[in-house]
Amino acid sequence: MNTADVPVNAPGTPVRTTVDAPVNTPGTPARTTVDYLLGLGDDALVAAQRLGEWVTAAPELEEDVALANIALDQLGAARLLLSHAGELEGAGRDEDALAYLRSDREYRNCLLVELPNGDFATTMAKLLFLSAYQLPLYAALSGCADERLAAIAGKARKEVAYHLDHASIWTVRLGDGTPESHRRMRAAVAELWPYTNELFVADPAAPVDPAGLRSAFLANVEPVLETATLERPADGWGPDGGRAGLHTEHLSYLLAEMQVLHRAHPGARW
Amino acid sequence: MTAPWQGRAGWPLWEVFVRARRGLSHTHVGSLHAPDAELALRNARDLYTRRQEGVSIWVVPAQAITASSPDEKDAFFEPAADKVYRHPTFYPVPDGAAHL
Repeated sequence: MNTADVPVNAPGTPVRTTVDAPVNTPGTPARTTVDYLLGLGDDALVAAQRLGEWVTAAPELEEDVALANIALDQLGAARLLLSHAGELEGAGRDEDALAYLRSDREYRNCLLVELPNGDFATTMAKLLFLSAYQLPLYAALSGCADERLAAIAGKARKEVAYHLDHASIWTVRLGDGTPESHRRMRAAVAELWPYTNELFVADPAAPVDPAGLRSAFLANVEPVLETATLERPADGWGPDGGRAGLHTEHLSYLLAEMQVLHRAHPGARW
Repeated sequence: MTAPWQGRAGWPLWEVFVRARRGLSHTHVGSLHAPDAELALRNARDLYTRRQEGVSIWVVPAQAITASSPDEKDAFFEPAADKVYRHPTFYPVPDGAAHL
């Protein structure tokens, strides 16, 4: 399973191969910036930290392992991306310095990933939106001019295809489940939908312009919501600011927990 | 009221079979709990193929397996013990028989 290059499609949904995001090819002014890499890496790092909170607390042992697996996939991508960012920056900061010694204002992740896990439906809605965005993003980046970034994205896209599959399956089961699970899943989708706006704010100078990814994101998400008998929320205003370091208060608590050991015992290893 | 997925007793048990490589047969590797076949397959992927153990997975509802009972061991397996003629080595190879 999950070794194919093409994303795994959930039952009842069309095959997700649509990636019409414009890839900026060599010769165009687009280039990888440290901030851009931090955005990618911080999304993955913060998502990994949130998913890791489910370890020992998931509804079932099997789901516990599944969420930990996904968290470790995201963490693996985060390490590669932050290392790349640190070397590109050239200020001597490695992945640990970037992960453990930046404050919330220096983090570039989207707000979606830093929001609390909430109930299981909320966690699955967060994962659905994140992976539905990351899949076309990594697919497009795997053809970008920055060869190192392209290689990281090529590896991560296969993992993210599985994350999307996992989140899609649970969204369908909860949405099309009991009245209680439907109520919770619908509430989660409605609450989080506005946070997806931030993912697609145009950035023409980026290796892949996020604005071009939205149609692929919708192609991933809308059939899942329909199969799950969930209404697709209307588009409207959505909060943003994460890419500029303006976060919710939730990120500060997350970072405090994630960074306390390294800050108390710099360079600690085990 | 307890819904089917509330509590471990509600999630049925599945037996997992993994094929290590093309050409080998699927081998029983363990069991897991899952609410349905699709999730059983994914749970099996996470639990039993983390270290590239397989190229194919089967999941079978444990309920669907009819197993021989330890109590029946003698009746099932003992009679085969003294029937050496069931092994090819019992028979001498005739002189001149090629390709054996």
